[in-house]
Amino acid sequence: MILKVFHKTRYDFASPVAGIIQSLRLTPAKCDSQKVINWSVDVPDAVMGEAFRDGAGDYIQTISLRKRVEHIEITVSGTIETIDTAGVLRGHRERVPPRAYLRNTVRTEPNRAIVDLVQDTLRDAASASALEHAHLLAAAVSEALPYRPGATHAHTTAAEAMNAGAGVCQDHTQVLISCAHLADFPARYVSGYLNATEDGSAHEASHAWAEIYIEGLGWVGFDASNKCCPNDQYIRLGSGLDAQNAAPLRGLVLGGGAEVLDVTVVIEAQQQ
Amino acid sequence: MVASFFNEMYASDGLRAPYQMLEGWYQNMPAEFRALKQAEAEDLFRRYGITFAVYGEGGDPDRLIPFDMFPRVFTAQEWRKLERGIKQRARALNAFLSDVYDRGEIVRAGLIPADLVYRNDAYEIAVAGFRPPLGIFSHIVGIDLVRTGAEQFYVLEDNCRTPSGVSYMLENREVMMRMFPHLFQENRVAPVDGYARLLKRTLASVAPAKCDRDPCVVLLTPGHFNSAYYEHSFLADLMGIELVEGQDLFVEGDFCWMRTTEGPRKVDVIYRRIDDAFLDPLCFRPDSTLGVPGLMNVYRSGGVTICSAPGAGVADDKAIYTYVPEMVRFYLGETPILDNVPTWQCAKSDDLKYVLENIGELVVKEVHGSGGYGMLVGPASDRATVEAFAAKVAENPSNYIAQPTLALSTCPTFVDEGIAPRHVDLRPYCLVGRDVELVPGALTRVALTDGSLVVNSSQGGGVKDTWVIAEE
Repeated sequence: MILKVFHKTRYDFASPVAGIIQSLRLTPAKCDSQKVINWSVDVPDAVMGEAFRDGAGDYIQTISLRKRVEHIEITVSGTIETIDTAGVLRGHRERVPPRAYLRNTVRTEPNRAIVDLVQDTLRDAASASALEHAHLLAAAVSEALPYRPGATHAHTTAAEAMNAGAGVCQDHTQVLISCAHLADFPARYVSGYLNATEDGSAHEASHAWAEIYIEGLGWVGFDASNKCCPNDQYIRLGSGLDAQNAAPLRGLVLGGGAEVLDVTVVIEAQQQ
Repeated sequence: MVASFFNEMYASDGLRAPYQMLEGWYQNMPAEFRALKQAEAEDLFRRYGITFAVYGEGGDPDRLIPFDMFPRVFTAQEWRKLERGIKQRARALNAFLSDVYDRGEIVRAGLIPADLVYRNDAYEIAVAGFRPPLGIFSHIVGIDLVRTGAEQFYVLEDNCRTPSGVSYMLENREVMMRMFPHLFQENRVAPVDGYARLLKRTLASVAPAKCDRDPCVVLLTPGHFNSAYYEHSFLADLMGIELVEGQDLFVEGDFCWMRTTEGPRKVDVIYRRIDDAFLDPLCFRPDSTLGVPGLMNVYRSGGVTICSAPGAGVADDKAIYTYVPEMVRFYLGETPILDNVPTWQCAKSDDLKYVLENIGELVVKEVHGSGGYGMLVGPASDRATVEAFAAKVAENPSNYIAQPTLALSTCPTFVDEGIAPRHVDLRPYCLVGRDVELVPGALTRVALTDGSLVVNSSQGGGVKDTWVIAEE
């Protein structure tokens, strides 16, 4: 499938700030499930560093504005070909050993409810395969946390989301990572885009899901929010230990006060 | 308690050679003269501003580290062996770091458990696959050694991140030379003052490939609230480089820049004295105000070198320590010259059982602890303390390792009544860049309390000048 992406992030500052610096993870890397046809990241007036690939295989780029600014606009536009690999990440060049993804951060640290969820889910599945265990965990997280925007916020941890009993894709992903770690699966957070128009789902086009490492198969994506594995509707931007670590944009405003954030993401499928 | 300790001056067979002339020196020193000299030393240290911070004790946190005027002496022959062992270890630790952030051959070979490396908090995913200039991660390796006999030294721990204390090595010598110049005329004491020049050369030798001129090296400090701030400014001064805080640097494009009165200046090498977690709020702790936002991107794209490399801490973890002799054999194909202290990993159930049964005889440490905090010296502790500590170990075994209580050597130390043996350790600072260098000297820490085996300055330890007698 050919997907066209338009993603604009605009910050308006109540009063001018002294500068801004951002680390961007906004360019998809090539793998069997995606191939960039054209892609650009534009930030008017900013000094843009050259993109480099980190050990996880993601393209990283620094942008900065060292002057008084009232707003900043980061625009991503591109066209990409996607292929359904049933969620399996193949042909992705990376250097991080999978077992490094067994650690938790503050955001994926389990609480009693998560421990119980894993135990209840895997109790009667001793004979099932590792892949089946991962599917069971993803399904259990979907069930435990109904999709409800507003139930959580940007900094909600996995444990807090479990207490809230509902959440969005970020919460599903962090809880699933936490569960996977308890079952001794390396697991990580993936940021990307989802072309959601086809099934009429209300989920935002900016999306997140988990990848779980299955011995013998490699990294496999699990989207607990949509109860599926990523297919050719998904574009993978990059990964990390949690939502913050894998964030497509991570930045700092110098001398910043109040800001208004406006994000537009449009994904369109093109006729081939 | 251990019955006998190796006395570095008076061994069982009499006065040891390196101390021969010092015996007359202290015996002929009138008490008033000694008091005068001790006061003079204190005055000098105060004037130089050498203080250290002690946490959690209240009172003035900046106090003088006690200085003992009685030097500790090594012969050239003793030092040669130490030097070979220290350099060997520093090379092996760097080979390990460059391996575990690359293909992890030592893990694949089954010599070190994968989880000990990759699940270690100090293993930085952010730099996996990145090769720093010359493949060097730890540019200043501080190796803590103790001596238990004429020929027997043990490595207590390695410090691959930002070992501190080298300013004491330099200042102790400076003060001794000022106070007792004749000692240095009569003894061929090998100089240590080349350290700053070697350190700068080491740092410059790992400038990034993108740097096409005389590299700009800076020392990044967390600021004057840090307990080692004095050392930061002292070293920057000696090397003739800028001492900067995070706010003095900024990232733009593919480089890191320093604000100067003549405009921005590109920085090539950062000798950082702040922890990984605080280096860059866009990569690590977002609340850090000590670091430089965007720095890790510049580092990973080859625009600046950070010394020590982020992630170097995985090599000096106390659980990894056990495997250093294995690293020497695996990477260098050599026999380890320096011995490790036998270590029990409480994470292993057999080891834990042994530790809990014998805890009164052992030294128990936190895996990630430092500075003598959070450790138990079994034989020196009362029963209630030992039992309370055993409970902590039982609750979280993987957080602890244990070692036998070593019979640390003693060195004569000035006390009210004259001189008396006090336990000492040794921290040399090995430099790793294009060359592996070690100045003939080290920091000797001394436990000033009679019988105490804890030499940390935060626990009532002092320091001594450390001599290596040059060969005729």
